[in-house]
Amino acid sequence: MKNYRLQLMVCAGTGCVSNHSFEIKDALENAIGKHNLQNEAQVVLTGCNGFCGAGPILVVQPDNIFYQLLKPTDVPLIVEEHLVKGRPVKKFMYTPPAEKNPIPKMSEIPFFADQTLIALRNRGMIDPENIDDYIARGGYKALAKVLSSMTPDEVLQEIKNSGLRGRGGGGFPTGVKWETCKHAHGDERYVICNADEGDPGAFMDRSIIEGDPHSVIEGMIIGAYAIENVRQGYIYVRMEYPLAIKRFQIAIEHAREFGLLGNNIFDKGFNFDIEVRRGAGAFVCGESTALMASIEGKPGEPRAKYIHTVEKGLWDKPTCLNNVETWVNVPQIILRGAKWFSSIGTGDVSVDAWGGSKGTKVFSLAGKVNNTGLVEVPMGITLRDIIYKIGGGIKDNKKFKAVQTGGPSGGFIPESMLDLPVDYEELTKVGSMMGSGGMVVTDEENCMVDMAKYFLKFTQEESCGKCIPCREGTKRMLDILENITIGKGTEDDLVLLEELSNMIVESSLCALGGSAPNPVLTTLKYFREEYEVHVKDKKCPAHICSQLNTYSIDEKLCLEIGHGCDVCKKYCPDGAIIGERKKVHYIEPAKCSKCGACYDVCNFNAVKVQ
Amino acid sequence: MEYNAAEVAREISNRWGNLPENIIEMMHDVQTKLNYLPKDVLYEVSHVASVPISKIYNIATFYNAFSLKPKGKYRICVCLGTPCHALGAPRVINALERELGIKCGETTKDMKYSLEITGCVGTCGLAPVIVINEDLFGPIPVSGVSKLLKKYEK
Amino acid sequence: MTKLKIEDLDKIAEDVRRKMTIREGGGKVKITVHMGTCGIAAGARTVMSAFLNEIDIHNIKDVIITTSGCAGLCSKEPMATVEYGEQAPVKYIELNETKVKKIFDDHVLKGKFVQEYALAIGSERIQ
Repeated sequence: MKNYRLQLMVCAGTGCVSNHSFEIKDALENAIGKHNLQNEAQVVLTGCNGFCGAGPILVVQPDNIFYQLLKPTDVPLIVEEHLVKGRPVKKFMYTPPAEKNPIPKMSEIPFFADQTLIALRNRGMIDPENIDDYIARGGYKALAKVLSSMTPDEVLQEIKNSGLRGRGGGGFPTGVKWETCKHAHGDERYVICNADEGDPGAFMDRSIIEGDPHSVIEGMIIGAYAIENVRQGYIYVRMEYPLAIKRFQIAIEHAREFGLLGNNIFDKGFNFDIEVRRGAGAFVCGESTALMASIEGKPGEPRAKYIHTVEKGLWDKPTCLNNVETWVNVPQIILRGAKWFSSIGTGDVSVDAWGGSKGTKVFSLAGKVNNTGLVEVPMGITLRDIIYKIGGGIKDNKKFKAVQTGGPSGGFIPESMLDLPVDYEELTKVGSMMGSGGMVVTDEENCMVDMAKYFLKFTQEESCGKCIPCREGTKRMLDILENITIGKGTEDDLVLLEELSNMIVESSLCALGGSAPNPVLTTLKYFREEYEVHVKDKKCPAHICSQLNTYSIDEKLCLEIGHGCDVCKKYCPDGAIIGERKKVHYIEPAKCSKCGACYDVCNFNAVKVQ
Repeated sequence: MEYNAAEVAREISNRWGNLPENIIEMMHDVQTKLNYLPKDVLYEVSHVASVPISKIYNIATFYNAFSLKPKGKYRICVCLGTPCHALGAPRVINALERELGIKCGETTKDMKYSLEITGCVGTCGLAPVIVINEDLFGPIPVSGVSKLLKKYEK
Repeated sequence: MTKLKIEDLDKIAEDVRRKMTIREGGGKVKITVHMGTCGIAAGARTVMSAFLNEIDIHNIKDVIITTSGCAGLCSKEPMATVEYGEQAPVKYIELNETKVKKIFDDHVLKGKFVQEYALAIGSERIQ
C-alpha cells in the first residue's frame, strides 16, 4: 500500500454528485498527475458530508481544509497552491453569512463545530464502498464483542439501559421492542430496516446509507443476535434513492465475502443474512404493516394493529422493524456502553423507558435557512440553536415564520416556541412531533395556509384508501383548504376544519391518517390570523395564493429597463396582456386568470403583485 | 423500443428465482428496462412467476413507480418535497408545462418528454430539484427551466 | 476473499491506519515541509520525497506530513518543522537527504531532536 501524505476527500452524496463532484474527482486526479503527486495524494470519494448547500465539497486532510462550491476549473489552482506549495486557497473556502473572512478549517465552521456525531460518525471519513475503511474506524468491532463475550440477553439489556428510542418518528423504546419480539410465539423471526424515508424534506437515512452502509448492517446483525432465531433480515429502501440502493448492495456483497453475513459468522455458530427490497413510490409503505405487505409482494396497505408486528409481522412471523438511524446507533452503544449513551440527552430512562430522550438525533435542515444540510445534535438542544447557530439563520435576512418538524405527520412551530428543547414528549405537546427528522424552515414569504394545503394534498394523495376517515376526510379537508386559497372560504370553514381534523385523528386505521391533520391543526392554532385574512379579506399576506393576488405592470420598469420585451404577452394563457414590443404593456383585469405566469417570466421585476 | 415479451419476462423472473413474493422487484426491472409496463410482458410475467394478472394490475396501479403507458425518452420529474415546495416548485411545474405544452402527467406527442411529479428525492439542499431520467439538477429557478431543457434539445 | 476471524479486524485496521491518521488529522508526529518558491528552488521536493521514503521504509502509521508556504528565511531553505507529540516544534534548516534520514531516525522515531540541524525550538508568535 502506498504511503500517501494527503487524503483528498471528495463528497459523493447525491447532492454533490448532481453538482458534478465526479468531475471534481477527475480534475483532481488530472492535476495530481501533472504535478507528479500520484504517490503522495489520494482522492477518496466519501458519503454525504451533510453540508449539502455548499456542494461540491472537497476536504483536504490532514490539513482539515474545507473547500466548497467547487467547479472543475477551480481544481488546478488548488492543486498547485495548496498541495504543491502548501498555501490553502482562500477564495474557495466557506465564509459565514454577514462575515468577511473565510474559515479554512472544517472543524471550525459553525455548521460542523456545533454537532455531536454518533450516527454520522463516519461521514466524510470513509469511502462507503470500501469495507476496509469502515473496519479501520472500528467497524464490526461491536459485532465481534457481542459474538465473543455477550449473551443475547446481555445485548438486549444493554440496549434497554441505553434508553435508545425509535428514530423513525414514533419514539418507541428500542429495547422494549426487541424484547417483545424475542418473547413472541414462533420459531422463526425477522428483522427489517425501514429505509423508506418518505417524509418530504427528510434525507437523514439517505445520507447515512450513502455514507456509511456497513454501520446499518452491523446494527442489524447485532439486533438479530439479541432477538434470537433470526436468520434473515430485509432492508426496505425507497426507489427514489438509487445511490443508496447501490451502496447497500455493494456493502452486503463485501460483508458476505468477509463472512460477516451468512453462515457461522466469526466462527461463532451464528447465521444471518440480509437482502435489499426496493420500495415502489408509496409513502404509506413507511408504515410497518404496509411495508411488510410490500416485501411480501402485495400492495402496501396497512392493517389494523390489534396484533403488533413484533408478534405477527412479515409472513405472519414475529418481526422487529427499526429505522436506519436506530440501527446505526446500536454498534456504538455496544462499543461505548449504555451509560455513555444515556448520559447524552434529556430525562431519565432508568425507571420508565419513555422517561426521556437519549443520545442524538439527526435532522435534515432545509428550506429558508442559510446552511441547508444534515445535522446531528444531542437531544435537548433548542430549536433556536439548530436554526440560528448551526443553520446560520434565515436566508437573505428575511423574517422567520415557522419551523416544520415531523413531515406530513408533524406540525408548524412558531417563533415564540423556538426555545423548546428537542425531545419526543416536548415536541408532541405543542402539536408537532419528532418525526423522522425533517426540519423545514419557512419565512415571511411563505403562506401558512398554502403550506398546510401542501401537506394535506400530499397525505391525501398518499392515502391508500383502505379506511374511510383518511380517504374521504382528508379529501374534504383539502377541498375546504383549496376554497380558502382561491377566496371562497368562510369563517365557518375554519371550525369545520378543526372538527374534521379531530375526527380523522380519532378514527383512522394507521398513523398516516392519524397524524395527517397535524399541519392544519398547528397552523390553525398558531397562525389563525393568516387564515382569517384569507377568508375575511380574501387576501394572501405572503402573495403565494395567486388567486387572491392582483397583478399589474410597473410602466417605468417595463419601458425603461425592459424596453417592452413582450415576453409576458407571449406566455399569458388568457390573452390578458396588451402591448407590443418597445412599448408599455398592460394587464386587462377582466381577462386575467391570475395564474402568475407574467410575474414568473418577467426578467425585469416589472410585474407587481398586490 | 423492440422487445420480445416472453424473453424479457423469463429473464427477469429467473433473476428473482421465479418467486411470487418478488413480483414487485420483477415489475421494477420491467419498468427500468422498457420505461413502462407493457401488457404483453405483464401477461408473460404473470405466467412464469405464477402470479394472477389481476394481482399484478393491482400492484401496478397502487404504486407510483409503475406506469402502464409508455413514457417519453426523457422523464422529467419535479420534486415536490417540502423544501422544494417552499422554494417555488409549483411555479417551476407551471413553467415546464408552458415550455413543453403538456400538463403534468402527460407525454409530448413526439414521445420525447414526460412531465411528472416525484416524491422527495432527499437532496433538499438543492431545492427546487428536477430529476431527468438518472440526472439530478438543482437549484432550478423558474428562469432556469428553458436553459435546462435546451440541454436535451439535440 | 476468505472469511474473517475476529483478530483479522485489527489487521485490516492496521493496514489502513495511516490513511485514517491523515483523515483524522491525528498522528504522533507532524512534519511540515516549507514549500515556498525559494524552498522548492532549493530542493524542498527532494526533502519531501525523502521524508515520504523514510515513512515507507519504517512503515510508520502515525506520522503526518503537510506543506506550508514560505517560512520567511529564504537563505536557509529547504526547511521543515517537526512536531513530536506535545513537545515544542523544531525548525530544521538547509536540509538534504542525509539530514532528513538522521532527523527521521532520531527525532521522528525516538523523540530526540537533532541539535546541529536545528534553527530554533518553538515557533515565532503571531501577535
